[in-house]
Amino acid sequence: MSDVETLPQATPVRPTLPPPMGLLAELTHRCSLRCPYCSNPLELDRRSEELSTVEWKRLIDEAAALGVLHIYFSGGEPMLRRDIAELVAHAHHAGLYTNMITSGVGFQPAVLDAVAEAGLDHIQLSVQAIDAKTCDRVAGYEGAAERKHAVAAAIARLGLRLTVNAVIHRENVHEIPAFVELAEAWGAARIEIAHVQYYGWGLVNRARLMPTRQQVETAMVQVDEARSRTAGRLVIDSVLPDYYARYPKACMGGWGARLMNVTPSGRALPCHAAETIAGLSFDNIREASLSEIWYRGAAFNAFRGTDWMKEPCRSCARKEQDFGGCRCQAMALAGDAAATDPACSLSPLHKGMVALAEAEAASGRSDFIYRGYQGV
Amino acid sequence: MKAHATHIDVAAIVPALPRGVRLRFDETRQQWFLLGPERVFEPDEIALEILQRVDGARSVAAIAQELAAAFEADRNEIAGDVMAFLRGLADQRMVDL
Repeated sequence: MSDVETLPQATPVRPTLPPPMGLLAELTHRCSLRCPYCSNPLELDRRSEELSTVEWKRLIDEAAALGVLHIYFSGGEPMLRRDIAELVAHAHHAGLYTNMITSGVGFQPAVLDAVAEAGLDHIQLSVQAIDAKTCDRVAGYEGAAERKHAVAAAIARLGLRLTVNAVIHRENVHEIPAFVELAEAWGAARIEIAHVQYYGWGLVNRARLMPTRQQVETAMVQVDEARSRTAGRLVIDSVLPDYYARYPKACMGGWGARLMNVTPSGRALPCHAAETIAGLSFDNIREASLSEIWYRGAAFNAFRGTDWMKEPCRSCARKEQDFGGCRCQAMALAGDAAATDPACSLSPLHKGMVALAEAEAASGRSDFIYRGYQGV
Repeated sequence: MKAHATHIDVAAIVPALPRGVRLRFDETRQQWFLLGPERVFEPDEIALEILQRVDGARSVAAIAQELAAAFEADRNEIAGDVMAFLRGLADQRMVDL
């Protein structure tokens, strides 16, 4: 099946640890759009550092052998890679379920035809806002909205399974019913209504993006209404903002439990924001096999299980449910990745976090700091 | 009468896995999975027997008949179970009915 050699499989440190379910393959950090909540790190990988076609193919084979079921080709804009159709075909033939997460901008229509032909199972198209002017402004790219409509039409023509990705913040939180209508009009089977997660660029822009508590509550009701209205036609998956929550999210389904993320230059991360955690070192797939990294890698083992927890997590009845929340958010807001995520009402920092969110939501700021290679 | 007519209609439905949904055996875990967008289902033995017959050609009635023969069970009862199972998946857009 493979034209490249595969590194030997490692034996697990914890014999009971199951293999990863998914691999997020960030093929490139290059992107035409400059969204101020981009999930890429503040310091972006350059094109010259990107893994080669041969390296990605070897990684895909290793992922399939390890037991990965879903691969997500992401970025940046994955369709800026000239070998994208080749990589999709390779993953398809390795038996992986292939997903593509695209902005819809910056590539020729023929590229989409080629990835569909290569066996792509599912495509996720981001939409920054329903209002075209807002969409273009959030994306930092004039004509983005128009281009996305054209790509959606091409996706429908190709018969690809489509998910609309709507990232929600203060400037588009009122558009949730319209996002759902757009997804239906485009023939999508699924929509992700995901509130911005405040790491990296999102954290830098938090005061410009944070919705008010009232807006979040209205949004939750609207999502429920849309679910009833579209039941059986449209799957609505919703990611809640956790600043106003009582309990934190079960981030990544647990650290090192389900997913691996590989950056354009080959660093393997337990989540896309993991590099914000000081003191962790990350293996590179150029130097170690994927299975070695998954089972034995220091970063992947750093917060597995519950032994690393402090109080109030350690004695909490919910510790196997939400794993103390998000390690990156604990790092960003508590200055300690092993602390309770301040999104949890049991965290001593929770009240301060809510007050901060409320103040920032009321700030009315709209001077986005756009993502870019210059950093901030 | 109405219930009877509905029953006939339901039995004539020909379920299919849409593009973007795949049933596959995973060698690593030695286990079957039904995969879709952000979805991983682990079918049990009966669910797998049903899913392996969802091919866009067999009707619900035909699937129920095959399973009734294989498991020596009542065909009508199985047809109801098959339909309930498939409806649940159709709500998740994992099966076309």
